[in-house]
Amino acid sequence: MAKQKKISKAARTYLTSFILVGGFWGAIEAVKLSGGLSSKAAGLLIPVCAYIMMAISLNLVVGFLGELSLGHAAFMSAGAFAGVFFYNTAGAGMPEGAAIVLAFLIGGLAAGIFGVIVGVPVLRLSGDYLAIVTLAFGEILKNVLNSLYIGADSAGLHFSLKDQFSLNMEPTGKVLMKGAMGITGIRKFSVFSVGILLIALTLLFVLNLMNSRAGRAITAIRDDDIAARSIGINLTKYKLMAFVSSAVIAGFAGVLYALNFASLVAKKFDYNLSINILVMVVLGGMGSIPGAIIAAVVLTVLPELLRGFSQYRMFIYSIVLIIMMLFNRAPAFVMWRQRMALKFRSGKAGSEKEDAGKKKG
Amino acid sequence: MALLEVKNLGISFGGLQAVQGLNMSIESGHLYGLIGPNGAGKTTAFNMLTGMYTPTEGIITFDGVNITGKGPEYISKAGIARTFQNIRLFNAMSVLDNVKVGMHNRVTYSMLDGVLRTKKYRNKEAEMNEKAQRLLDVFGIGDKADYAASQLPYGQQRKLEICRALASDPKLLLLDEPAAGMNPNETQELMETVRKVRDDFGIAILLIEHDMKFVMGICEEITVLEYGKTIAHGDPQTVSNDPEVIAAYLGGDDED
Repeated sequence: MAKQKKISKAARTYLTSFILVGGFWGAIEAVKLSGGLSSKAAGLLIPVCAYIMMAISLNLVVGFLGELSLGHAAFMSAGAFAGVFFYNTAGAGMPEGAAIVLAFLIGGLAAGIFGVIVGVPVLRLSGDYLAIVTLAFGEILKNVLNSLYIGADSAGLHFSLKDQFSLNMEPTGKVLMKGAMGITGIRKFSVFSVGILLIALTLLFVLNLMNSRAGRAITAIRDDDIAARSIGINLTKYKLMAFVSSAVIAGFAGVLYALNFASLVAKKFDYNLSINILVMVVLGGMGSIPGAIIAAVVLTVLPELLRGFSQYRMFIYSIVLIIMMLFNRAPAFVMWRQRMALKFRSGKAGSEKEDAGKKKG
Repeated sequence: MALLEVKNLGISFGGLQAVQGLNMSIESGHLYGLIGPNGAGKTTAFNMLTGMYTPTEGIITFDGVNITGKGPEYISKAGIARTFQNIRLFNAMSVLDNVKVGMHNRVTYSMLDGVLRTKKYRNKEAEMNEKAQRLLDVFGIGDKADYAASQLPYGQQRKLEICRALASDPKLLLLDEPAAGMNPNETQELMETVRKVRDDFGIAILLIEHDMKFVMGICEEITVLEYGKTIAHGDPQTVSNDPEVIAAYLGGDDED
């Protein structure tokens, strides 16, 4: 009996997450078919998908591992630049499908490597060092990419941190990355379904991971690292696992995001973006995947919807933030929600259990 | 050769010698007590045995292997499990998951197995669920498997912590003040639990305790510490009649 309940609890998270994403996809496709989707709204679709992935992946670090990361945008940036750089150079001669798949893999790999570089020294320590180091890492990467020039000629690649003339290229050489101007002339690839597919893969990965031995070790470290150590859990290994997985997903999100635009500049991935994603995770409820998805959609779409109110825009945005925070955290609201959930569940208990059974079976 | 052999164990923090010249020898299936007034160095001794602290002198041999200075991960794998004076459960996790975390190094599969939900994952998870449920049933908290650990009442949290420690199939179980904060009834029940654990699981138990009745009633051998030094050693009878122990630990105003 107790075991059955346990299964349905985990299954409930799977169900809500996938229903949310499926519903989002279905709704957008329906609006698209009816022709009601403005070009402005269409332009938001891929960024929303990327932010959902960012929020889910940051949740892995902040919600499940219990470490604070303030530079998640940097991993997105690393993935975006690595993936797009490949896509624009080596990938240009390939069939589009292969180039895109490889761009994603390279973006994820690059972000993962940075995850290891940042994570290995920092995650061996206990304390809030990760917040400080990721914050610094984000700024460093942004500034380096912002002044990085890369060119190619018959002699190979040329790098410079000064300007494009100090690349010392042959006259026929091509500048691939122009400092603050970033990478331009990207062949745009923005397919909403690919974004949804990536979200689904991310969900499957994160939920499966968290409901396995490794995931339990990660949450155990969050709840009590001393007890976790005494049980024989290798703290550094599992902290790194969560952190690097999160970085890799952010890298994928970065490639997805970057391919949606004709040009890519480092300034987009600044401190504000890292904080926005953190806000999504906190508002959605740390450790809650469905919450992160909802918060990511609302907080990306809301500022755009409010553009019409230009001067009141940030005002309304912050009020909504406060209301969401109250709804999630205020004891009175939490109790009200639990009552509602109970009512809902007792009414639907039979059918839900059946659903859960189907999902597992 | 005894299961746990502690020779001349000592540690100093800066100038403070917290434990000094500790000798213990624990056989398989033994119930051993480590007692002493507050600050005598009992928990420090535990922390050395479990690898949380590195001893500055002495040798710890467990199951024929020198484990001095090894980390907690190694020592847990070698077969020493512990509970804590202030209960340390994974509060946000379910009762069942707490026990499953205890099996971390006993039932294993890779991260990839978990993510891809392979057959190995399903088999191992089923094995874990069954084993964990059985352990919880032994301690009479099987019906609480689905609760969050923090929702359990105090006495059951203690039991859950012992369950979690036993989940790692230890040969030696260290209990750090298991009766702390318990009323006489709960203490009585705990005594039976501890004896049952020893009998059912056939493991050695080393416990730290303040409650003299508890220690005297259950332990077969006792070491008494004061200011980090061993002042007495022997069976409960000998120890409780030792004049030095009475002076140092039991004091004049003790009801015993």
